[in-house]
Amino acid sequence: MAFDKMELRDIEVWDGNFAAAQAMRQAQIDVVAAYPITPSTPIVEGYAQFLADGYIEGEFVMVESEHAAMSGCIGAAAAGGRVATATSSQGFALMVETLYQASGMRLPIVLNLVNRALASPLNVNGDHSDMYLGRDSGWIQFDAYSPQEAYDLNLIAFKVAEDHDIRLPAMVNQDGFLTSHTAQGLKPLSDDAAYAFVGEFKPMNDMLDFEHPVTHGVQTEEDWHFEHKARQHNDLMVKVLPKIKEVFADFEKISGRKYNLVEKYDMDDADICVVCMGSSVETAREVASEMRANGIKAGVVGIRVLRPIPFFEIIEALKDIKAIAALDRSSPNGAAGMLFNEIAGALFNTDSKALLSGYVYGLGGRDLTKAHLVALFKELQANADAGKITTQLQQFIGVRGPKLAYL
Amino acid sequence: MLEIRWHSRAGQGAVTGAKGLADVISTTGKEVQAFAFYGSAKRGAAMTAYNRVDDKTIMNHEKYMMPDYVFVIDPALAITTDVTVNHKDTTKYIITTHLSKEELLQAQPKLQGKDVYTVDCITIANETIGRPIPNTPMLGAFMKISGMYDIEFFKNSMKRILEKLPQKIVDANMVAIQRAYDEVK
Repeated sequence: MAFDKMELRDIEVWDGNFAAAQAMRQAQIDVVAAYPITPSTPIVEGYAQFLADGYIEGEFVMVESEHAAMSGCIGAAAAGGRVATATSSQGFALMVETLYQASGMRLPIVLNLVNRALASPLNVNGDHSDMYLGRDSGWIQFDAYSPQEAYDLNLIAFKVAEDHDIRLPAMVNQDGFLTSHTAQGLKPLSDDAAYAFVGEFKPMNDMLDFEHPVTHGVQTEEDWHFEHKARQHNDLMVKVLPKIKEVFADFEKISGRKYNLVEKYDMDDADICVVCMGSSVETAREVASEMRANGIKAGVVGIRVLRPIPFFEIIEALKDIKAIAALDRSSPNGAAGMLFNEIAGALFNTDSKALLSGYVYGLGGRDLTKAHLVALFKELQANADAGKITTQLQQFIGVRGPKLAYL
Repeated sequence: MLEIRWHSRAGQGAVTGAKGLADVISTTGKEVQAFAFYGSAKRGAAMTAYNRVDDKTIMNHEKYMMPDYVFVIDPALAITTDVTVNHKDTTKYIITTHLSKEELLQAQPKLQGKDVYTVDCITIANETIGRPIPNTPMLGAFMKISGMYDIEFFKNSMKRILEKLPQKIVDANMVAIQRAYDEVK
């Protein structure tokens, strides 16, 4: 290799952004086209620094908007390179049109989505509004709860997305600031081990292969559009989760760190549980352990892969639970909440008698405290004891003013 | 669990200081966390940064904290803001100021009866590093008050963290750390 390797310590203290940038360096991305936006900026800054310092053979394309950033990534991926970028919030919203192009053209781009609220009002802090905005775009969506996981899932995302049976773009979500700017100890792989895991990029239908001309980004009207979309959905439903499980198992072999489509914590004999995403999963785990010390059998379910949704794994995780709280860190703006609906949809045709209630929390970076979670677990236990939901179905946690509850 | 809250102005290096401290502590086998509240703050805006240290993996991501130590690295913030918020009886305060402790307590009555230590990190930084960046001297003062590590071990660890800076700046930081260690009271 014509570039320098970096000596890493067994434990590095990195924030989630730097962890993602390091994974992008180790995967030797050919092209990053990016338009920086808070809080994801240090990821592409990091890549640019590594490139300038000779640690990567690649190209950084500066563009005039996030729409152009993803368009550049699409062009580079169609040409036949390993491609990644990063964005957040408003930038992601501007990318949305091109996200559907990327997935429809079956281009394995990795997008680091550092989750941040959507305006208006303008806010740079973390919630899951942007993550939720992308969920019908045909991308695979991973969710990291910590800097270590942001690093690991980047490496995993390339290996899944670029597999020739998959060929779909993947997002790695992490919480803005709470993960992206929080430094913690993590265990990186060596450059050689990380690159060996991700593997050499193997092009497929690449436009720069002039011996085999191909067309990308075609028009199909009613004659073929539905078949293309159906095939894309089929691959998401049938091929992606088995591939992710396989790659998770491969990753465990080299790192000792085990990932699951649905992350269960203390769920084996739990009566009640919360289902959530992002850094809240870890805080909820700590509180659940404290509840158990007080005789309440509490558990936590974290959604590791949001798309494709691990439908049957969610059913399995929740099958014996008496009371479930679905925690959505995005305003449903006139509905029950994404996780509430996904869980209700999964459990509806099963024998589950679980009481399901929904909570909206943490918008615009509002703190989810341990005290909030203690009160929530107690409310779930009250539901389980009463055999019915003792509150309204949807409540808001941590918002000032009169208590808000609906449905 | 050891918890620290930094009061700073954006640009004074609280985040770098918190991350540097976390890095040093991590090398001794402890689990660490360093984070900050930024908002879309401009240079000079009041901000807070945080450290958590524990023997086991830190899973708590709440921003709420009852700190064991409060570091104030901008002299005005001890007076214009309430640095005692969410305090415990045992909270220790290390405050950058050119005032004597008595003058400081008079200027900020909320600090009366608290475990307060003072050191003039701004002057130390100006005289050693040549810029009013009070983060590394604050860590020198912290080593003295907490007794966490031997000062020579700490300075050697900080040399690695600052290694990308010019040697002259690294050396000046070592002098600043030592001076704050010696001068905090």
